[in-house]
Amino acid sequence: MIRTDGLIAELAGDLEPVERLRPPLLRASLWLGVIAVLSVVLIAGFADMPVFMHRAQDSKMMLELVGTLLTGILAVIAAFELSLPDRSPRWAFLPVPSLLLWIGSSSYNCWRQWVVAGPNGYGAGEGLDCFTWIVAFGVPLGISLFVLLRRAKPLAPIPVAAMAGLGVASIAAFLLQFFHPFDVTFIDLALHLAAVFTVVIVARAAGRSGLNALRD
Amino acid sequence: MNSDVGDEWGMLMAAAQGGNRQAYDRLLREILPYIRAIVRKHHATADRVEDVAQDVLLTIHRVRNTYDPARPFSKWLGAIAHRRSIDALRRRVRSDANETFSPIAYETFADPEANKDISAHEDSTVLAEAIAALPPGQRQAVELLRLKELSLAEASAESGQSVGALKVSLHRAIRALQAILGRQDGRND
Repeated sequence: MIRTDGLIAELAGDLEPVERLRPPLLRASLWLGVIAVLSVVLIAGFADMPVFMHRAQDSKMMLELVGTLLTGILAVIAAFELSLPDRSPRWAFLPVPSLLLWIGSSSYNCWRQWVVAGPNGYGAGEGLDCFTWIVAFGVPLGISLFVLLRRAKPLAPIPVAAMAGLGVASIAAFLLQFFHPFDVTFIDLALHLAAVFTVVIVARAAGRSGLNALRD
Repeated sequence: MNSDVGDEWGMLMAAAQGGNRQAYDRLLREILPYIRAIVRKHHATADRVEDVAQDVLLTIHRVRNTYDPARPFSKWLGAIAHRRSIDALRRRVRSDANETFSPIAYETFADPEANKDISAHEDSTVLAEAIAALPPGQRQAVELLRLKELSLAEASAESGQSVGALKVSLHRAIRALQAILGRQDGRND
């Protein structure tokens, strides 16, 4: 073998200074901050705020919104943490409570809508448009997030990518609520979740090559 | 490993992040026994352990920007060594699953005619010509990995090709050699 001695000499001989990555929480906050600014511009320019404010008066609707947004924020933080070699895989559980809150409150709201509206409360509202929205917003958000996560060259890229996918899809689902002038039905909710799942699957597949700098 | 040693390694890595080659050289030499000890938990043979230990060193080199001097170095190092050992184990299992042991491949036969195929493969001239006919990257992969029997990390360091590129080149070279030798057999028949 050229032996490990030779390899060490070669690695040390070619050594170049590297820029140390900033703490993951700070990097996540910077990305979330930029997305927050862009979201405010989008909402201020295009959202139907009176309708949204009317819907947001319902505390259960607010609970759903909080669950959606928290899932997005926590999943993005978890993705940054998981991208580093020495962080616990348990970070993957960080968004689970808020995800349960989101799904639980959405399901309750759907059930209530069904009870109030009868059979009309069960059919599809504009669920397909919502699906398109979440995927269309989730993918570019995901690409921008991948660019940052890639710098860590994750040793296990697939969980990182899946977590990033959950984060961006949840943020897209949260933004959707500002452009969603009706209460969701079960079919709508299923399509929302299907869209989130689609983004997670796409991100997971993309992560295999997009984040895996160590592939061999 | 005691925490003082871990702290010292952390300081060496922090210096290496800044481009200090002496610190990096010393660090990699000092951590090598620790890496081997972790790798040995998953891999049995000495060659295999050395191969994976070299892969761990290459990984450390690639992800050295992720080390935070405010955190324990040993945990960072241990996580990388453990992870790459498991990855190597998985690759090994996958590779073994795709290979079949065939005792017939090692048999020869009393009838010279029956040995014709095997003889053709054993003809070093034919093989040397077949290797010489390969594209440069594939030829280099065969020479380093199969003829000189270097590890992937060593071959990568010697050729300047990445480990992944070497694997691809070797795979293509083997396919090309099979095709060339197959044609040769056809002509001999």
